Amino acid sequence: MHIKAKIVDSEGIERIITRMAHEILERNKGSKNIVLMGMRTRGDFLAKRISEKIKEIENIQLPIGTLDITLYRDDFRTRLKQPEVSVSNITFDITEKDIILVDDVLFTGRTVRSALNVIMDFGRPGSIQLCVLVDRGHRELPIRADYVGKNIPTSTNEEVKVKMKEIDGEDAIYLVETEDESDSKDEIK
Amino acid sequence: MALSSRHLLGLQGVPKEDIQTILDTAITFREVLERPIKRVPTLQGKTVVNLFYESSTRTRISFELAEKRLSADAINFSVAASSVSKGETLKDTIRNIEAMKVDMVVVRHACAGTPQFLTKVCDSNIINAGDGIHEHPTQALLDMYSIRERLGRIEGLKVCIIGDIAHSRVALSNIFGLRTMGAKVSVCGPSTMIPKYINDLGVDVIFSVDEAIRENDVIIVLRIQLERKAREYFPSIREYARYFGIDQDRLDKAGKEILILHPGPINRGVELSSEVADGLNQIILRQVTNGVAVRMAVLYLLGTLN
Repeated sequence: MHIKAKIVDSEGIERIITRMAHEILERNKGSKNIVLMGMRTRGDFLAKRISEKIKEIENIQLPIGTLDITLYRDDFRTRLKQPEVSVSNITFDITEKDIILVDDVLFTGRTVRSALNVIMDFGRPGSIQLCVLVDRGHRELPIRADYVGKNIPTSTNEEVKVKMKEIDGEDAIYLVETEDESDSKDEIK
Repeated sequence: MALSSRHLLGLQGVPKEDIQTILDTAITFREVLERPIKRVPTLQGKTVVNLFYESSTRTRISFELAEKRLSADAINFSVAASSVSKGETLKDTIRNIEAMKVDMVVVRHACAGTPQFLTKVCDSNIINAGDGIHEHPTQALLDMYSIRERLGRIEGLKVCIIGDIAHSRVALSNIFGLRTMGAKVSVCGPSTMIPKYINDLGVDVIFSVDEAIRENDVIIVLRIQLERKAREYFPSIREYARYFGIDQDRLDKAGKEILILHPGPINRGVELSSEVADGLNQIILRQVTNGVAVRMAVLYLLGTLN
């Protein structure tokens, strides 16, 4: 696996988050009924950044939840490694709320499918909108994002790596090349 | 992350990392149990048989709930309603059940070693839900989970198990598990109920309950199993309660916080006084909930192994 290019730097990510925060507010006519839901890991950090940005704009703190989709994966039978499970953390009632589901990279759409099922097990939201930092194509399910930070067309032996300060020490989006396909299959994005 | 064995037969010889993994994974399932919809699709399409050759309410319901909350198909087998009463051997029974395409078997049997035997005659993942007076690993795991939840750690704690050590599978599994996790374990009970070579397992023997309460951070009180002829090992129940029962006076005398666990069901007035039992209700009921989470963790870790 080697890095092909740094596509977006930290300033770029900052600008993208600012734009997406505005788009979310515009589409929902304010922030009254919105809750943010970040998908582990990095989606949760992204959700937090977006909420901070919205606080700057509207001066309101949105509720943020965290989703762990491991138990809802559809690839237990085909994977070699057993995935580590973590905890979903949703401390508020989501009934009739407009949920903004936040993830770093949209790929096959299978993670999003799992996330939708998790959310439904917590209640009946008014609507769910999808917000991703990167859309890299190759969808396998009829899913599209409502807010896209950047479209990055890729081939199957390429992978998009999002780095976030909170765990990776830097903000950046990289395009990397994987040696074989099993490498990229390890993570369903 | 994955466990080193595809069965859970007991805690003897199970590495620390495995126990850690099970306890950590159980935290996730604890969260699932707090949700409005307490079900995840993880074991969809897997079939689990609960093979209970011995009566059980708590453990069987706990396993059954754990299976259902993971979306597995659960089949219950109890001796009374089966061909065992027609003279079918265990081996034939399990072969027949397995021919119906079963993925996992949860087994309880009065004979020690039954789960071990099953691993040799069938391909399913075997989980021991209590075999004779040998082991009851999921009970010990849920005790350890409850201890860790309350006190934040297991390593370095002093734990005493009080009661009929000789006939308790819960005691044996706890001794193996707790020692692996770095706790200092002792046992306490009438000398007739302490096995002869217990010191070989690395545990100390205490004959005074007052000393046990004074010296330990955690006490696991075992149920006196009257149905297993426990009465033959001490002169009278009253005497047992007097010397080894825990009442409020004893706890007050020690004058310190101590965590008391009981695997249930409680014999009120025997191993615990009614007053103490009522005071403990919260933690004992919490243990029951934790039991479902721990069993979900075990089923998940074994059931999703390739």
